[in-house]
Amino acid sequence: MTAPVNPKKLIKGGLHDWEVVIGMEIHAQVTSRSKLFSGASTEFGGEPNDHVSLVDAAMPGMLPVINAECVAQAVRTGLGLKARINHRSVFDRKNYFYPDLPQGYQISQFKDPIVGEGEVIVDLPDGTSITVGVERLHLEQDAGKSLHDQNPTQSFVDLNRSGVALMEIVSRPDLRSSEEARAYVTKLRTILRYLGTCDGDMEKGSLRADVNVSVRKPGDPLGTRCEIKNVNSIRFIGQAIETEARRQIAIIEDGGTISQETRLFDPAKGETRSMRSKEEAHDYRYFPDPDLLPLEFDQAYVDALAAGLPELPDAKKARFIADYGLSAYDAGVLVAERASADYFEAVAKGRDGKVAANWVINELFGRLNKESLTIESSPVSADRLGAIVDLIAEGVISGKIAKDLFEIVWSEGGDPRALVESRGLRQVTDTGAIEAAVDEIIARNPDKVAQAKEKPTLLGWFVGQTMKATGGKANPAAVNALLKAKLGIEG
Amino acid sequence: MTTLNDLTLAQARDGLKAKDFSAVELAQAHIGAIAAARSLNAYLLETPERALEMAAVADTKIAAGEARPLEGLPLGIKDLFCTHGVTTTAGSKILETFQPHYESAVSHNLWRDGAVMLGKLNLDEFAMGSSNETSAYGSVISPWRRTGSDAPLVPGGSSGGSAAAVAARLCLGATATDTGGSIRQPAAFTGTVGIKPTYGRCSRWGTVAFASSLDQAGPIARTVRDCAILLASMAGPDARDTTCADLAVPDFEAAVSRGVKGLTIGIPKEYRVEGMPAEIQALWDQGADWLRAAGATIREISLPHTKLALPAYYIVAPAEASSNLARYDGVRYGLRVPGRDIAEMYEKTRAAGFGREVKRRIMIGTYVLSAGYYDAYYVRAQKIRTLIKRDFEEAYAAGVDAILTPATPSAAFGIGEKASADPVEMYLNDVFTVTVNMAGLPGIAVPAGLDAQGLPLGLQLIGRPFDEETLFATAQVIEEAAGRTVLPPAWWA
Amino acid sequence: MSVDANTVRRIAHLARIAVSEEEVAPLQDELNAILAFVEQLGAVDVSGIEPMTSVTPMAMKKREDVVTEGGRARDVVFNAPETEDHYFLVPKVVE
Ligand SMILES: [Mg+2]
Ligand SMILES: [Zn+2]
Repeated sequence: MTAPVNPKKLIKGGLHDWEVVIGMEIHAQVTSRSKLFSGASTEFGGEPNDHVSLVDAAMPGMLPVINAECVAQAVRTGLGLKARINHRSVFDRKNYFYPDLPQGYQISQFKDPIVGEGEVIVDLPDGTSITVGVERLHLEQDAGKSLHDQNPTQSFVDLNRSGVALMEIVSRPDLRSSEEARAYVTKLRTILRYLGTCDGDMEKGSLRADVNVSVRKPGDPLGTRCEIKNVNSIRFIGQAIETEARRQIAIIEDGGTISQETRLFDPAKGETRSMRSKEEAHDYRYFPDPDLLPLEFDQAYVDALAAGLPELPDAKKARFIADYGLSAYDAGVLVAERASADYFEAVAKGRDGKVAANWVINELFGRLNKESLTIESSPVSADRLGAIVDLIAEGVISGKIAKDLFEIVWSEGGDPRALVESRGLRQVTDTGAIEAAVDEIIARNPDKVAQAKEKPTLLGWFVGQTMKATGGKANPAAVNALLKAKLGIEG
Repeated sequence: MTTLNDLTLAQARDGLKAKDFSAVELAQAHIGAIAAARSLNAYLLETPERALEMAAVADTKIAAGEARPLEGLPLGIKDLFCTHGVTTTAGSKILETFQPHYESAVSHNLWRDGAVMLGKLNLDEFAMGSSNETSAYGSVISPWRRTGSDAPLVPGGSSGGSAAAVAARLCLGATATDTGGSIRQPAAFTGTVGIKPTYGRCSRWGTVAFASSLDQAGPIARTVRDCAILLASMAGPDARDTTCADLAVPDFEAAVSRGVKGLTIGIPKEYRVEGMPAEIQALWDQGADWLRAAGATIREISLPHTKLALPAYYIVAPAEASSNLARYDGVRYGLRVPGRDIAEMYEKTRAAGFGREVKRRIMIGTYVLSAGYYDAYYVRAQKIRTLIKRDFEEAYAAGVDAILTPATPSAAFGIGEKASADPVEMYLNDVFTVTVNMAGLPGIAVPAGLDAQGLPLGLQLIGRPFDEETLFATAQVIEEAAGRTVLPPAWWA
Repeated sequence: MSVDANTVRRIAHLARIAVSEEEVAPLQDELNAILAFVEQLGAVDVSGIEPMTSVTPMAMKKREDVVTEGGRARDVVFNAPETEDHYFLVPKVVE
């Protein structure tokens, strides 16, 4: 990549400015009921060694058989990343000894992965966007889990996760700041969740990142990288990169050199440290797994999966901008989760898109955030929020009343139209009633009336008084018109 | 007088059907013979109670007219096949106490068809060997001896326990496995018949793996027909083994009497190796004559990459083995030798649990896969495998139906005779059989006569993929022409 | 190609097999005998030849995505040298 260096993204060292170069390997757990090569459940948790087949425990004579759905999920993901789908791929054995690796090897894909080059378009908070290259995506087995804190001298091994399907998605070193890295993972997660190929639940380990970090002076060749293993939240990814970049800069500026190694991020201490267990030189002795045949499929198989793909966030965002006249920012916010986008579309259908977006983003999201609720568990359904928007458009209620109405629907439920009637929220459009209120206010404030002709901004004060007098139910347009006429304000 | 365990499997089957004797009587005859033959060390584990139970069930089935294809026929199982609740050692100390909670596909198929289990048979450790001398539980002694000599001979390997038990009438037939010749070479050494079917004909599920791309199960029995009967039960599709073919099992027994009229039998000139004993050459020529006399056309063919098969095998097989045997780490089953830390536990466990030959092969396999050597060794060996397979494909495309070769370069040798420092000397035993594994083809060894010292010699027939039927038909012609081998009397009892 | 004593030690460690000092020299000889035997492969022209990936050409069988196994932790740990509450126990691993 020879993209121009953005000076804003440089890190200031003691001596120079430094550019940080980041590449990521994301391990995303494939959404499937059973494991990649066995019929044991992928369900999270469970009693120790309960979701384990004899294959997962590597009993003598046990053989792997691939899960067709995991293959389909990898292809769907490849399509979602606009990547090359390889009609022939090969499963290799990656040989190493570790107690949570029962076979003594991990079945992975080394030379011939199922998915080749693709890309992810990442929107940044400043409104710009970058394209991050995806080098490959391959299928592999997850390892089991070792618990080290149960006993002072022994580790406890549970194989429930052993053999669960992972997609390893390897990016090119196209990222230049922790912010870009966070945005990349966020976007990738969004795409996976849209596709339904990974639930993206980082707390449960469904999405983990290995982050490769190096630093260089702008224009220099790539520096030596360190790999920070298994970072399990987007916030930690940012912190780990910042910490690691500063560590490397300090070493180089001190006249030292970076040695390529695997490190671990400790969020509590805010530092990265060398991983003892991975220190040993690696020689994985990859070779094609002789228990498995090459994985082959034709274009018709790929086409059928492509036909079943949902609309993806980039396309949806473009459509929201075009069809509903939304700003890029609002559209971006709405498509971040498929459920939010669907909710928005249900509200916006046949209504003013901008108004709908405004209600969804400002009122609904604000309220959901405050209560830590997800869109799926929103007490106000899209239908009901749509009805509220309709009531405003029809002039039945004012925007202000609408907010009160939203609050009632949120906390008590009920049909908005019925509530307007039963609670007497219908706005007053009867000019006679409004005129009476206006006349009374004009009569009570002769000094302000006198000033109003010179200072038209006082109109707002009169509107406010009128609304107060009518309990907020007066039609604001009618109030405005009447006041202008009576006060002699032009326009 | 013939005792029940002298019967062939087919004769025993027919005798049971005719109610000449019961399955329990047949089992008891074998249990007695096994107990009297412990000095041969063929069985690692005898399961007489289970045998009698299964035989009793068989008798009720027969009485009810519900006999299954192998009803009441007592068999031995090579201890590489996992047997539910019955210790399975693979001939290794590392699995000394291992009790599988599952049944291998092949043995399961046999029990499904009514066969009776007599016990588990000795073998070279993890099937790595050609003489059964690498077993952690001691060598198997062949029932054969040289004329006028008491020197103990090897039964061949790795299915040495299977071959010895069949030759000594300690079972009617036995399961075996063949990675480089481990069914055909011991069959040839013991005057028995052994077939390694096409790779993918039998499921590998539940059989302890040696080299996944080469391992294939098959039977050893006393006649071609008995092998056909057993293979028909052992074989068949299995969704649990990706490399197992989804092909219906043909009626192998029917193929036995098909004859060879109109078949073209290839004689590959590259098998005429330097230093081959004249006896072997004469036997080979004799075999060709028998087949010609029975109506086959004999044609010399060329399989130019033959001599590369053995060296390529000694890269591919150890490479796969080094990875397949990584699971024996003392964590989930098998031997564990404690260590200060996990690495030391692994190293001590594997050092104590594996024998010398197994360690050697793991090391060679680890080396040829390691960084910097992978392409030079492993990839090159797999390319040569493509060439070897192509040789056969060309011969078959040119109209050859089966290929006749000697089974082994010599008759059985004495225990300890080949314990030299150079492991390659032992490996040369498999020079005629290993090509077949490298190409995934079916191969059968059938006894064809005795050498000057009175020891059996075998011929090998190699077939087209999934054409075991032609092998049974052709081997039957040789068996008939050579006359059934007279097995040694029970000097051990 | 042939291996030296250090390579023997490195390979033994990669394979996680403890090798005593007395074992190194004989192992080295044996491995070199095998390597010498396979040396002849180096002389073969294999240009343009595909390495074999499956000996019988067929499509790889696949499983349906259904849960068919599990719930047998007792069987899974039955043969284990050391267990507790259906966990496998190993000497402490330091990460
Ligand atoms: Mg990685
Ligand atoms: Zn990975």
